[in-house]
Amino acid sequence: MSAYLKLDHIGKTFTRGSASTEVLRDIRLTIDKGEYVSIIGHSGCGKSTLLNLVAGLTQVSQGAVLLENQEVNSPGPDRAVVFQNHSLLPWLTVYENVNLAVSKVFAGRKTKAERHDWIMENLTLVQMAHATDKRPSEISGGMKQRVGIARALAMEPKILLLDEPFGALDALTRAHLQDQMMEIHARLGNTIIMITHDVDEAVLLSDRIVMMTNGPAATIGEVLDVPLERPRNRIALASDRTYLKCREAVLKFLYERHRFVEAAE
Amino acid sequence: MSLPATKSDVVVAGPFKPRPATVVPLAAQPRRFDLRGLAVKVAQSVLPPIVVLAILLGLWQIAFSDPNSSLPPPSEVWAQSRDLIVSPFFENGDQDIGLGWRVLVSLERVAYGFGLAAIVGVLVGALIGQSIWAMRGLDPIFQVLRTVPPLAWLPLSLAAFLDSRPSAIFVIFITSIWPVIINTAVGIRNIPQDYRNVALVLRLNHVEYFFKIMVPAAAPYIFSGLKIGVGLSWLAIVAAEMLTGGVGIGFFIWDAWNSSRLTDIIVALVYIGLVGFMLDKLVSFLGALVTRGTSSN
Ligand SMILES: Nc1ncnc2c1ncn2[C@@H]1O[C@H](COP(=O)(O)OP(=O)(O)OP(=O)(O)O)[C@@H](O)[C@H]1O
Ligand SMILES: [Mg+2]
Repeated sequence: MSAYLKLDHIGKTFTRGSASTEVLRDIRLTIDKGEYVSIIGHSGCGKSTLLNLVAGLTQVSQGAVLLENQEVNSPGPDRAVVFQNHSLLPWLTVYENVNLAVSKVFAGRKTKAERHDWIMENLTLVQMAHATDKRPSEISGGMKQRVGIARALAMEPKILLLDEPFGALDALTRAHLQDQMMEIHARLGNTIIMITHDVDEAVLLSDRIVMMTNGPAATIGEVLDVPLERPRNRIALASDRTYLKCREAVLKFLYERHRFVEAAE
Repeated sequence: MSLPATKSDVVVAGPFKPRPATVVPLAAQPRRFDLRGLAVKVAQSVLPPIVVLAILLGLWQIAFSDPNSSLPPPSEVWAQSRDLIVSPFFENGDQDIGLGWRVLVSLERVAYGFGLAAIVGVLVGALIGQSIWAMRGLDPIFQVLRTVPPLAWLPLSLAAFLDSRPSAIFVIFITSIWPVIINTAVGIRNIPQDYRNVALVLRLNHVEYFFKIMVPAAAPYIFSGLKIGVGLSWLAIVAAEMLTGGVGIGFFIWDAWNSSRLTDIIVALVYIGLVGFMLDKLVSFLGALVTRGTSSN
């Protein structure tokens, strides 16, 4: 059986002049269609770098990224990214931001009316249909992040890449958006890779959690299966044995075996 | 700094806060207060310049009222150049026309020269801004060319075009293009990587990237360049017209000087100042309109 997405012995070394830093080494991972995979690791270990490699925004130094057995090395709408800081275009309204993606990706494939319906469908999915004419500066951080997700979903990507999508939000908003993300995943069955710092978020949302060792030359330390039934409910899970076990495994990995070392040179 | 401000806010706001016990009188009060506040605001911005202007005119009148003085006082300007002041758009023949017409002729040249400078400047700036090496190589050269005074370009321009009209337009073009190029390039360099990434993921082509990402993202910079450029254009046209002739406002000054009509020159100066001021405000207004929302994130 061939995987949907395959990270085949990936390494990444940044070189500037004569100085070079090996950030990632020998990353091997296969992801199936419809899987929700989280990547967790300490700050600076190379999570964003790994995501950018999959997105094609950064070139791999060794190995290859294979999507449906095709090597990908340039960015494209089949791997939509929700960036760490929403990155909506501030001069466009909410609607126009999504429209920029839709009119580009579906040019010639959908009529104008169909495109409009598609934009509204995606904004409705993230519950932002009421704010179509607002500019990013006029909506809250959580709303911006939702529009960013709508923009990414509207590209109908093969893989959705989320870089700490809820990182900058308060706990309540974050919980709300996590629930929405689970709902969207259940409804559309997207393949998702999500970077996170948050152990509970990783366990709650993922089918598998990829734990990364500390840099430099970070690699995958362990992959944990989360055998929890879907749909998942955060309150019911709070005292669930499997949930707590998974949570403990991740915490142990992060804080016992791969403790964050300040200035690990 | 913020502490005293908050304190005084509280003190000022206190008496006008509606209290539930006194609903009826207070319902009307805020509006009356607002009207008065508006009147005060208008008076605050309009009155001082009028007063200062009156004082300056008075001083000028006193200083030059002596019949042997070298320059005319305001009363004489009014007496001799009244037609120029009160009717900008009269037409009594080929060279005897209102200053409004002359300003329009000059503005037309500015429109050609500056319009061209704006288009070429943004395009060249966008090209340069995308390459670090182009920026490093060309920026010092532009910084030098930028300081060349408008009139210094005129002889070359006349030699190249052999005609005064395109020469004047070229002088405006070459004077006003540098700040547009430099500011656009800096604006393009400052486009956040995030916006570039969005364009990359969407696979925008060069034309789409230019219109949908680059121009709007750099618009605040572009407009500050245009604002400097339009001011320089207006400086250049008046100077260029003095030498190239025609019916523009610059040549009018030169002509008035040659026939010793000092009062006409003074009126023309006021026209030039007011038009320059309005050009500046016009570009600022357009900039504010276009960059709505861009600078705030
Ligand atoms: N363009 C680059 N050139 C050189 N080094 C880089 C570059 N991008 C990232 N790095 C280095 O790679 C390492 C990993 O960075 P990355 O942004 O991937 O970390 P991260 O795991 O996403 O951290 P965080 O959780 O704080 O977002 C860092 O040490 C960083 O300095
Ligand atoms: Mg990161």
